[in-house]
Amino acid sequence: MPTAYNTLVVHPEKCNGCGDCEIACAKVKADSSDVAHSRIKMIKGLGEEFFGPVVCMQCGEPNCVKSCPAHALTKNPDTGIVEWNKDRCVSCTICTLGCPYSGIYYNPLVSTVIKCDHCGGDPECVKVCKPKALEYSVEATVYDEQGPLEDLFGPDLAACMGCNMEILVRHTLRHLGPDTVLAAPPGCLPGVCAVGFNAATGTQVPSFHPLLTNTASMLAGVRRYYKRIGRDVTALALAGDGGAADVGFQSLSGAAERGEEILFVCIDNEGYMNTGMQRSGTTPFGSWTSTTPVGPNLRGKPRDAKYMPLIMLMHNCEYVATAVTAYMDDFHKKLEKAHQASKRGFAYLHVFSPCTTGWRYPGDKSIEVQRRAVVSNTFPLWEYERKTGKLRFTHPVDNPEPIGSYIAMLGKFRHLTKDEIAHLQKTADDRVRMLKAIEASGVETLKAVS
Amino acid sequence: MQTKYLIIGSSHAGLSAADEIRVQDQKGTLTMISMENCLPYSPTILPYIVEGKVEEKDIYLRDEKYFKDNKINYLRGKKVIQVSTKTSKVTLDDGSEIGYKKLLVATGSEPTLPPTPGLKESSHLVLRTMEDARKINQAAQNAKSAVVMGTGLVGMHAAEALGKKGLTVELIRGRRRAVLPNYFDNDSGDLIHKVFVDNGIRCNLDHQVTQVEGKNGNLKVTVKDGTVFETNMVVVGTGVKSRMNFFTTPDVELGEGILVDNMMRTSVKNVWAAGDVAQATDFFSQKKELNPILPDAFEQGKIAGLSMAGDPAVILAFEEIGRQVALSYPGGVSMNTFNFYGNRSFALGLSLVEEKDDYEVHKKNVPEKCIYQKLVFQDDVLVGAIGINITIDPGVMMNLIRRGIHLNKARDEFIEKPLDMSRRLMWNNWRGVVKIGR
Repeated sequence: MPTAYNTLVVHPEKCNGCGDCEIACAKVKADSSDVAHSRIKMIKGLGEEFFGPVVCMQCGEPNCVKSCPAHALTKNPDTGIVEWNKDRCVSCTICTLGCPYSGIYYNPLVSTVIKCDHCGGDPECVKVCKPKALEYSVEATVYDEQGPLEDLFGPDLAACMGCNMEILVRHTLRHLGPDTVLAAPPGCLPGVCAVGFNAATGTQVPSFHPLLTNTASMLAGVRRYYKRIGRDVTALALAGDGGAADVGFQSLSGAAERGEEILFVCIDNEGYMNTGMQRSGTTPFGSWTSTTPVGPNLRGKPRDAKYMPLIMLMHNCEYVATAVTAYMDDFHKKLEKAHQASKRGFAYLHVFSPCTTGWRYPGDKSIEVQRRAVVSNTFPLWEYERKTGKLRFTHPVDNPEPIGSYIAMLGKFRHLTKDEIAHLQKTADDRVRMLKAIEASGVETLKAVS
Repeated sequence: MQTKYLIIGSSHAGLSAADEIRVQDQKGTLTMISMENCLPYSPTILPYIVEGKVEEKDIYLRDEKYFKDNKINYLRGKKVIQVSTKTSKVTLDDGSEIGYKKLLVATGSEPTLPPTPGLKESSHLVLRTMEDARKINQAAQNAKSAVVMGTGLVGMHAAEALGKKGLTVELIRGRRRAVLPNYFDNDSGDLIHKVFVDNGIRCNLDHQVTQVEGKNGNLKVTVKDGTVFETNMVVVGTGVKSRMNFFTTPDVELGEGILVDNMMRTSVKNVWAAGDVAQATDFFSQKKELNPILPDAFEQGKIAGLSMAGDPAVILAFEEIGRQVALSYPGGVSMNTFNFYGNRSFALGLSLVEEKDDYEVHKKNVPEKCIYQKLVFQDDVLVGAIGINITIDPGVMMNLIRRGIHLNKARDEFIEKPLDMSRRLMWNNWRGVVKIGR
């Protein structure tokens, strides 16, 4: 039995009140153009501008099920859908007394109650929602698939409270499985547990601790050795941005260029957080760090960050992608593609990973910070596959939120002026424009131009 | 026999408690006693059985597998005749005894008979158990006419069901006030009354029954003004009372029902009560009152189960704070739905209140279309509502009432467009606004 269920997510702030969802629902459920048949309902007709649909939430402990005297309503343990059995229903409508969400209501046209059933896992309303206010989240499927797999990290981690890395490393190793060799260069991860305490490692796969400078080359050697003795292992590096973009870049660039069969994950927390929050090459403009303090002479980092994923894209890698753990479905899809690609050549995954201590935000907001970075286009999600030669946005943001909504969450940007924020906005906009141009014209063209 | 948890009764309250106990405690022995020899069902379904809307085989709330999977010892066809709280034992009608550690009384209610001369001896019918429903159906097969005494939910449902079977139905009520007096005010009651009359039900209000006599399809009902109704069957739906006659020693505090606190505990240790049989706090008056309705039954059952299984956090919070905690009983609110001849209606909260002192009442009455809407406010908080054939989510309104949501400036708009406005208000209240601070 699954432990989590897919859900129909409503983002009311994106809704434009067009009512396409109602029309689509009435059509598919009752083959009618009368929206009275729709299971999803717009709130409308009020003086002020307010929109948003209401729909059954498929409650965990549904009041409607418990108050049905005819046993016509049941919660399906496999799908999580609250199912209504027409043959058993006596139309007493007592179920409607218990529901605070207008999830089940009486339709006078058919003289019974009606409710949403997610169209069997492919909701019609989601397909027609242009502003993407409706979303069918299948992340539950990810958890149900990953849940039974072995957790290859120790039960205790020594990370800061609210650190995003725990969810990242557990999911990554679970997904890749036990036939993995892990390289963890200096950074937060070895201290957290990957290299371990005294003589023991915190991982249940072989792991080693290369230097910052030679991670990719050591790992390449390990992978080649295993290949020679006939064992197929996944060679995985979990490096910070220092170990990937700065100090570790020479060996990384070399390994990528040679097409070594490894999966290199850069956990980008935009600085040397492990050693006291010094700036790195990926620290964004204006960001406070211990080496770019805010005072009379300096206002955070004076230079822009380098955009590492595109640099790696130009290395002829098999696979390059950006990812966040906040979009777990997307993250696992990319892990899978990167895993497969690492058997053919070099795969590079750039994971944006906020740091509660160094960025100064509350520990319970790690996921929210990532979401805002994505919806404001600060960290666009895309992937590139060499076999198709195409760069593709995996979570396109058509109407990005202003970057201010992301910046406002972070203490490291607290001192920024309007102009400085505008500069960050411009940087983000330019980057998305460049990525879109690559998406439109293809990577090969870009290489030809450059 | 000895059991850790003993539940008497197997309808909504009992089942809901069993579910909750099994969430908290998967191992403790759990025994459930049903006085009827069948799987659990809801008494609310019975009028629909009489009407023929649903078949007997389709109504059971749980199957055999449920009891097996949840390790519940389900004793059916056994009646409890005595509960001894001193020795923590109950005695069944077959003479056997069951010892318990924790007891939940969820026995529901049983019909009451008015003190009408001759009624007790006559072959009258009631509607509270499956057996009653079968008897009514059997009697109706050969009957041409029926007298229904009482205009509560049972009486009205029975009148409609028998009328649809082609019987001539005389509906008799002793007082002047309109039908369904516990839920609907005079105006809305009159609307419902009219629909019944239009559908051929003969309604005799203000006709006290003075005598009932006769047996087996041949009965005579005499009313105050001397009129005599000769009929084939008499159905009595004049009210219910808590089924608690097995407390022979007066140690458990009893009122009209079994008195319970907000954790459904009775005055005696290790004894809980829930559902129709329990007399719990009323939401508005904060006094102990009966509220024999289905939604309350499962909610009380759930709280009782939680309390019996003893979730330490909940119990501790209740003991120490001494007042409501998140999962204690918030107080019963009267609510019901009533669907008749294709019309639908509901009544919530203080639905009977008329304009006075603190209350403000807004009505919309369209008798020719059988549409009625009544909203009762106390200041800017909704406290009651009635609707006949209007499109409103009763559950949303119910939550506005129970959460005491202030409508503020939205009140006029709410009166104008209750459907959209109520959904919108609930929308604001069920989703916490994500606040991000440093």
